[in-house]
Amino acid sequence: MLDSLARLGRVGLAMLASLGRAHLLLISILRGLPSMLVRPRLLLVQIYGVGVLSLLIIVVSGLFVGMVLGLQGYYVLSQFGAAESLGVMVAASLVRELGPVVTALLFAGRAGSALTAEIGLMKATEQLSGLEMMAVDPVKRVLTPRFFAGLISMPLLAALFSAIGVIGGWFVGVGLLGIDDGAFWGQMQNKIDFDEDLVNGVIKSLAFGLVVTWIALYEGYDATPTSAGVSRATTRTVVQSALAILGLDFILTALMFGG
Amino acid sequence: MATAQSEQVPATLPRAERPGMTDKQMLVNVRGLRFCHGDRCIFDGIDLDIQRGRITAIMGPSGTGKTTLLKLISGQLHADAGTVEVDGQTIQELSRDALYQLRIRMGMLFQSGALLTDLNVFENVAFPIREHAKLPESVLRKLVLIKLEAVGLRGAAALMPSQLSGGMARRVALARAIALDPMMIMYDEPFTGQDPISMGVLVSLIRQLNDASEMTSIIVSHDVTETTSIADYLYIIANGQIMAEGTPQEVAANESDWVRQFMQGEPDGPVHYHYPAQTLEQDLLQSVRH
Amino acid sequence: MARIRLSEILVGVFMALGFVALFFLAMRVSNLSTAATGEGYNLTAKFDNIGSLRVRAPVTMAGVRLGRVEAIDFDQETYQALVTLRIEDRYDQIPTDTFANIFTAGLLGEQYIGLDPGGSPEVLGNGDRIEFTQSALVLEQMIGQFLLSKAEEGGE
Repeated sequence: MLDSLARLGRVGLAMLASLGRAHLLLISILRGLPSMLVRPRLLLVQIYGVGVLSLLIIVVSGLFVGMVLGLQGYYVLSQFGAAESLGVMVAASLVRELGPVVTALLFAGRAGSALTAEIGLMKATEQLSGLEMMAVDPVKRVLTPRFFAGLISMPLLAALFSAIGVIGGWFVGVGLLGIDDGAFWGQMQNKIDFDEDLVNGVIKSLAFGLVVTWIALYEGYDATPTSAGVSRATTRTVVQSALAILGLDFILTALMFGG
Repeated sequence: MATAQSEQVPATLPRAERPGMTDKQMLVNVRGLRFCHGDRCIFDGIDLDIQRGRITAIMGPSGTGKTTLLKLISGQLHADAGTVEVDGQTIQELSRDALYQLRIRMGMLFQSGALLTDLNVFENVAFPIREHAKLPESVLRKLVLIKLEAVGLRGAAALMPSQLSGGMARRVALARAIALDPMMIMYDEPFTGQDPISMGVLVSLIRQLNDASEMTSIIVSHDVTETTSIADYLYIIANGQIMAEGTPQEVAANESDWVRQFMQGEPDGPVHYHYPAQTLEQDLLQSVRH
Repeated sequence: MARIRLSEILVGVFMALGFVALFFLAMRVSNLSTAATGEGYNLTAKFDNIGSLRVRAPVTMAGVRLGRVEAIDFDQETYQALVTLRIEDRYDQIPTDTFANIFTAGLLGEQYIGLDPGGSPEVLGNGDRIEFTQSALVLEQMIGQFLLSKAEEGGE
């Protein structure tokens, strides 16, 4: 009994310590911003790795999610004689929820796991210690550009996902199922509010980008420097990111639309 | 030019018997060093000195924290007690910036080479120069090529680290470590996992670099033959203590059973071949139950 | 060098695509293009019951959108809803005896204000009030009335 309580306490303390290390890491990552701005090329290379390489999966998934929304939405809405509202339904669900959330989940799987593995392997192969011995701060040099690359890429990817999704829904609704083109766009424009829907969606995707990149970098930097340790860290990145995204999404949605 | 070899000062006397030795001649002074991981102390009160311009080797069985010692000297880890002094500066008291300034004057050769995998050989060697010295591209190019020439890999400048053999990677890392002409270079297990040819290449490289540029070298290793062949002074560490020190000849003549076992590589001795266990008979009789 | 150049170009393409997508969402999907016109003049109207009319609901005449609902307040003296309408400047020929109705788009759709023009030669200006209004139809009331009339028919 006492043993299991002690074990619980130990796990709790370890989690708190880990959380503390993650916050310290975030602070030192942010401190690296000025030195990164002097050398924008470092950022550019990372946007390529984090953003451009995630482009294909985001575009393809966005298209299919939009098309599925178009099909499903049409069958539900046509039962109420409101098939013309398909545009609203597709756009609202994409801009408010699916765009930021699904993009963030895909981003965690594609870019987050790659970041963790890369940083973890750099640690395992002593590249981070090597930088430190060359009097180069590995956090500023390696982590900061990757962090901001994630922060910049995520909202752009989410916007692309939503835009492509709307086009996918339009293709199914207007192109295949014969909804009126004017009604599709007109109702959408009437109902989707710039401030309430779009801006909130962008804020969500920024928050998700921050959380996923942060988790990925922390897990890589904190990984046990062995092959087993790096693989565990990569798994943890994906699992923790997914949980963090969904939990945070609930909180943000409640704050933005709940009131 | 007084290279390490032309100097005839006997650097072989134990510390206590070197009263005339000033700190000027010692680059690194370690006093009463204690470093613990939880309950287990890797070092428990170690004193050692590294003399300028010499090759000092720190030897010991695997797992005795030889790499940890290098990390303590370079300030990557902090000691629990005792002081580490490098070039007159106490490592623990240095600010982060001062520590980084000091590290520019230290080179370190990691066991794995630790080359940056996304840069080619040329860029890897150029990396510390680009970071710390603002040189025009043409000067930088010449400097990097000279460093690569010194390790015999000028022709490999365009290769990526993944295309190099282990020995070549270590030589590139060596070129990178000497890129900023440091006062001291630390080698972490430089001979491990090398074939005889690259081993020979590395041994002669380390000796040449040390003698040619008045550099101080610290080698951490458990390869007895190669290390004793180039070291000027040896420390043997085990169980958190210094077991023996002196010139290779002195250490080889050491009376202690333990030192003899280590130097000769005998399978059994004070360090037992068998991991502590109950007797074989007992274990065999019990094994039925499993 | 060519490799770096290529990655620069691709990053540029990526950023451009992202911003095009944001622009598309703002202009084509959301109401930024239609609602951004903050210009216009205000009319007020009092309703006995506005149903589920909400701020930013459209104001139309003959099915054409003229403006939107700017604010909804409650008048404590008359116990009526005081609705402020913002009409775009170019629609400045609305007669004083115009009739304001609250309609529902479709059976379950959102409610909006429909204006029926009167015949007066005078037109409404900023701050004027639309006198003639008709409240929203509340579904429960309609069903109640329908059942009542059926019951009366049955009784005869």
